[in-house]
Amino acid sequence: MSAKTELALVLAGVDKQFRQGKRSTQALTQLSVQVQRGRITGLMGPDGAGKTTLMRLAAALLHPDAGEVQVLGLDTRTQASLIQQQIGYMPQRFGLYEELSLRENLDLYADLQGLPDAERAARCAELLRLTALSPFAARRAGDLSGGMKQKLGLACTLLRAPTLLLLDEPTVGVDPISRRELWSIIQTLHGQGATVLVSTAYLDEAERCDDIILLDQGRCLAQQPPAAFTAPLAGHCWRVRHAGMHRRALQESLLTRPGVRDATLQAEGVRVLLAENPPQPAPDEDWQPQPPRFEDAFISLLSPPSTPGQPAPAMSTPSRDQRASDPVPRSSAVTVDGGMAPAPRAGSTQPPAATSSSEPVIEVQNLRRSFGSFEAVKDISFSVTRGEVFGLLGANGAGKTTTFRMLCGLLPASSGVLRVAGVDVRQATATARARIGYVAQKFALYGNLSTQQNLHFFASAYGLRGARRQARLAWAEQEFALTDYLGTNTGALPLGFKQRLALACALMHEPRILFLDEPTSGVDPLARRAFWRRINHLAESGVTIMVTTHFMDEAEYCDHLVLMSRGEVLAFGSPQAIRAQATTPDHPEPSMEDAFVQLIQTHESDSRQAA
Amino acid sequence: MNRQRLRGLIRKEFLQVLRDPSAIAIAFVLPVILLLLFGYGVSLDAREVPIAVVIDSPTPQTASFVAGLDYSPYFAPRYVATAAAASEALMAGQVSGILWLRGDFDRLLLTGRTAPIGVWLNAVDANHATLLRGYLEGVWQDWMLIQAETAGLALAMPVVAEPRIWFNPAVRSRDFLVPGLIAVIMTLIGALLTALVIAREWERGTMEALMASPVTMGEILLGKLIPYFLLGMGGLLLSVAMAVWLFQVPLVGSFWLLVLCSALFLLVALGMGLLISTLAKNQFVAGQVAIIVTFLPAFILSGFIFDIRSMPEAVQIITHLVAARFYVAILQTLFLAGNVWPLILTNAAALLLMMLIFLGITRAKSRKRLD
Repeated sequence: MSAKTELALVLAGVDKQFRQGKRSTQALTQLSVQVQRGRITGLMGPDGAGKTTLMRLAAALLHPDAGEVQVLGLDTRTQASLIQQQIGYMPQRFGLYEELSLRENLDLYADLQGLPDAERAARCAELLRLTALSPFAARRAGDLSGGMKQKLGLACTLLRAPTLLLLDEPTVGVDPISRRELWSIIQTLHGQGATVLVSTAYLDEAERCDDIILLDQGRCLAQQPPAAFTAPLAGHCWRVRHAGMHRRALQESLLTRPGVRDATLQAEGVRVLLAENPPQPAPDEDWQPQPPRFEDAFISLLSPPSTPGQPAPAMSTPSRDQRASDPVPRSSAVTVDGGMAPAPRAGSTQPPAATSSSEPVIEVQNLRRSFGSFEAVKDISFSVTRGEVFGLLGANGAGKTTTFRMLCGLLPASSGVLRVAGVDVRQATATARARIGYVAQKFALYGNLSTQQNLHFFASAYGLRGARRQARLAWAEQEFALTDYLGTNTGALPLGFKQRLALACALMHEPRILFLDEPTSGVDPLARRAFWRRINHLAESGVTIMVTTHFMDEAEYCDHLVLMSRGEVLAFGSPQAIRAQATTPDHPEPSMEDAFVQLIQTHESDSRQAA
Repeated sequence: MNRQRLRGLIRKEFLQVLRDPSAIAIAFVLPVILLLLFGYGVSLDAREVPIAVVIDSPTPQTASFVAGLDYSPYFAPRYVATAAAASEALMAGQVSGILWLRGDFDRLLLTGRTAPIGVWLNAVDANHATLLRGYLEGVWQDWMLIQAETAGLALAMPVVAEPRIWFNPAVRSRDFLVPGLIAVIMTLIGALLTALVIAREWERGTMEALMASPVTMGEILLGKLIPYFLLGMGGLLLSVAMAVWLFQVPLVGSFWLLVLCSALFLLVALGMGLLISTLAKNQFVAGQVAIIVTFLPAFILSGFIFDIRSMPEAVQIITHLVAARFYVAILQTLFLAGNVWPLILTNAAALLLMMLIFLGITRAKSRKRLD
């Protein structure tokens, strides 16, 4: 009995299947995991691993098809209402009532959770202090920033101090500062004895947990403390620098070597995960050992060991391999028109040398955009040269999407200069649009049309006819390895293929500039890696890439970037230069996230002094 | 049932309605617009209908004949010189009919023979044409009676109709349209608004958070029913007040009986709204479904504008599935005829049955689960 009460959550042999029409998806398969009381347990895994299903099972909102789920010693099938009186559950999209003020939302959940009126004032005050939301108590929930909404959602689930706290991706899409604040709240609760089960897509958050459950395809790959994940990898992680070589070229070279499981850009070098010791440095390379991180363990557990250098056989088991062995186009095969010359026929090659030119492709000067009295973008200026990967970084509400829409001519600017591919967007929107490709958030594809029908539609939409149309369609099919899925409705495609198809559609008319709006949002680390390799190849072929993201670590993939906060540019430059701004004696090697947090804090204290 | 939780839910719902302009528009602005539109704009009566009058050779006889038209409230005669010009005006839609008194009208009349007159009606709107014909016949029957009297002759009429018009003595179509409209308005508030608000909870993800709290499904449903019931009754009072004071529709029956029956119908409408959004879970679909299965039938199949007895048999049977049909019958009876108990009780029983069915299915279908 005593051993049993130590467990807050027990899943034993749980199966869960979802049916939609004729299709059925197996979300969880024979899953058995346990969450111990008084600990922070992290739930990790790629998309579709079953994290949210597990959370909902624990909240008794779903019943298992087989096996049983016990929460605090109670069965979810028969004792759901008893369970729901003791747990706090924060869904991925927490249900705040946007028309209600922050205070009214708290009051509602206090009523729903049966918090006695006598205790209410004290408890609300305590939570407002914990979340630092007191100054905004009268503000409507719809007017809060993304981070504040998440903190309010958390406060709403905490009103009646739950015994077990279930948090489903509480930090997704939240700026780094709010993310740190949310974690410090979770740590405080943990200090008060709460049991927390938290799922997250940010692998660096694993190190803050006592225990990690790693899910993949509805099965548990491992459950152990984070240190146990990384321990076997000690000595496998290195940082490689090369005096003469660009780090992106170095990364490509490393990825083709035998024994290299993973290579990512990090600071001035490339971080490498080796399958086996020891490293075999090539001449001029400087290899420095690095402590392993959870991300390394994640990659090594989830990506099948393939023989680098030769791409793994395409899609033998598509649902899984499409992430790891995404056939990345070699730069020589990419035919996207990067130059000012007439578009070459498909199938011809474009020398990647075009990248060296430094003419600005995008010029933004004193750009402003206001919605009523609210200034979404305040006087920003930057320029982008051809063939570079340019990042627009910032949290939700920083003004990224507004800037992006103005650049694409989807939203008129209030004032300022805006030139894209040599065309004034404010004067000749249509001309500018013909020169850009645009991949919207969540890939705007027609879910009821097949892959082929989507391709044909976009070819028509861009006015492609005759031989050129045939050539481009053939190019898209071959380049993005879509042949096997031509007849499949895009709604049923795996995420990785949707991403490829969206890229193929956006590149159909051989644009000079490719705009990508949050292409990696909600995408797991493996798919993100494959995606960025593809983007790098495109950039090498001369296409200018403009990308927005709220993942700070993706900044490393950019040649230059703009860091935005509340409509203003905090920093503009190369990732190295921006990190250098945040380097202090205490922090000799700050990450991009550290830099972001520090820049915002300095900026805020500056503006406070100015005021 | 926990009073604190229910209180919280109801207060939340009211705050949302107060701050959401679209809910206020549906609950208060739309009823007022509909009432004004139907009260003033739509009329099934024919009044001051333009009609072309052609008199080939004017005489005292023809003058006295058309004088009947001049004084009739139903006609606005327009004198035209030739039949061709009249026919042109009819084609151009300037007049709705032609009355032609030919040159031999006087002569035939005086010789004691039958004097035919020519009447053409624009029958594109069949109802309108039938009305006109009736009015025209009335005009010359009156004229003939006067002619007979002045001639000192008793017109030999074997049967004389003495019509008494019950319940709506002024025969104003407004008096029966406005009460029927209340049924449409109540459907709008009850079904459409409720269907949207629960679907909104699913769409915004607030439902998942609600469900994971200790609140029960019954409380969630009651938390929706009570606020929109009150809102709907507010809409009812507004509509009745406008009907009685603005449009001068008499309320012959009992006011309290009207309130009671309306409450019953409102619960049916709320039941339909709740059921739709429990199944649809998406505001757009819920809105479309609510309009097609509740609002449009209430408009077309309830007997509010179109008489059910003149519909084809099959459609008449279908109208029994439309709750508004029973309520329209109750409303028109209470407003115009009074407390006719047999009629009210049978219709109210039908409403009660429908209420139990809709609310019952909704309760059974809403489980506190996501699968």
